[in-house]
Amino acid sequence: MHAIVELRNLRVEYRAPSAPDGKKVAVKDLNLQVRAGEVFGFLGPNGAGKTTTMNVLLGFVNATSGDAFLFDVNVREPIARQRIGYLPELTYYYKFLTAEEILRFYAKIFGIQRTVAEQRIDKLLKLVELESARKRPLKTYSKGMQQRVGLAQALINDPDLLILDEPTSGLDPLGRMKVRSIIQRLKNEGKTVFFSSHELGEVETICDRVAIINQGELKVEGSVAELVAKHQANLEQIFLNFIGYQPELAA
Amino acid sequence: MRTVSALAGVVIKELYRRKDFYVLFVLTLLITVLMWSMNFFNDKSIAGYLKEGSLWLIWISALVIAIVTTARQIPAERENRTIFPLLAKPVTRNQVVLGKFGGCWIATGIALLVFYLFFTIVAGTRENQWPIVSYLQALWLQWMMLAIVIALALLGSIVFAAPSSNSTICFVVVLGILLLGGHLDQVALRQPEPLRSVVYALYFLMPHLEWYDVRQFVFFEQGLVPWTACALATLYAALYSAMLLLATWLVFRRKALNL
Repeated sequence: MHAIVELRNLRVEYRAPSAPDGKKVAVKDLNLQVRAGEVFGFLGPNGAGKTTTMNVLLGFVNATSGDAFLFDVNVREPIARQRIGYLPELTYYYKFLTAEEILRFYAKIFGIQRTVAEQRIDKLLKLVELESARKRPLKTYSKGMQQRVGLAQALINDPDLLILDEPTSGLDPLGRMKVRSIIQRLKNEGKTVFFSSHELGEVETICDRVAIINQGELKVEGSVAELVAKHQANLEQIFLNFIGYQPELAA
Repeated sequence: MRTVSALAGVVIKELYRRKDFYVLFVLTLLITVLMWSMNFFNDKSIAGYLKEGSLWLIWISALVIAIVTTARQIPAERENRTIFPLLAKPVTRNQVVLGKFGGCWIATGIALLVFYLFFTIVAGTRENQWPIVSYLQALWLQWMMLAIVIALALLGSIVFAAPSSNSTICFVVVLGILLLGGHLDQVALRQPEPLRSVVYALYFLMPHLEWYDVRQFVFFEQGLVPWTACALATLYAALYSAMLLLATWLVFRRKALNL
């Protein structure tokens, strides 16, 4: 199957004056492929290099060496981001705008025709259940509502790939369920979803394949069913094993 | 172009939804009305000085709006992390710089237009004279000067972390140029070498904002500024702004997005 996201020997180093060699390696020669139509879970403990990898894919950070591609286009080219939707971990939007204004703004950036944009805004606000609050400024929204606006803006260009950075982080059970059902619906529509999460139960439920990274290195990659069968353990136990967590030492 | 105009639109929306802009606006209008409602010994020539005072107020208010609005644009994007979902779209840092510049410049232009409209009505009703073209020239040249100031503040917003320090430095630099810029060549003549060369270099390198101050033409009714001079001043502002925006982009493209 065709790779939508491809990382080839990706390496990211930061300057770190306190380190012995003056640099910190955030991602070590990472190779990864996400195929069309799959939901891919990107897992790792805090500081493992997940966000740095996503930052490279989104063009926020340049790789020290190696390459990253979205739809076969190098991520250094802004056009690589034309067909993606991105939901950050926390909501970062202009608080003085209303939900429909922020969606109109992003639609304009993607060059979506006004009539198409208006139809899509109506559809998305209905999908994320914010129709009644569409004319209220974002500063009056609760965290869950802001996260749902985030999801709507990530879908405004009808993307083929969604990059979600801990999409259910900080949400109440109802909010999580809503976000999860939206991801499930997108999967059924054939969209590719690449997301990071600490909620391993959630990952096990909705992901086709997962990759576990630790200290910038890829530890394991494969389908959830394969990994569970191979290691005779649930995803949480596999995760803890690969990141080198030893319960007896911790106790 | 659509990305730049979308970004500029957000800047304009932010300006008219903020309260500080209206406070400054009402304060300027109030002082202007108070000044013009007073009668000083029935002296008719006082009108020129009243115009000078009003225009001085407009200059200061426009500078405050331009510098303060511009100085917070990119730092606020980085601090509130709104830059992340923005750059996750097919948007380049160059477009962010141009959009912010365009938004601030248009927003300041709208504010300037309202100030001049009010000034024209107040001065016209008192003097029964309507030198509209002269006012339009003054407005245009001031707007062109503000393009350079906005580009300078935008560059400062990338270099200095805090908007307040950037605003203060910009004010000092702009007021310094406006007050001393035109005399710097004469100052250079009185200096020994190598200071003379340094001051001369500064004189030729700095943007001559004082050229855009045509208030004397307005309040002493000296007629119009030659149109060729207006065109050259416009070209000079465009070139200077372009150079400053290029420098802004060069610094911004290497800058980490986190503060």
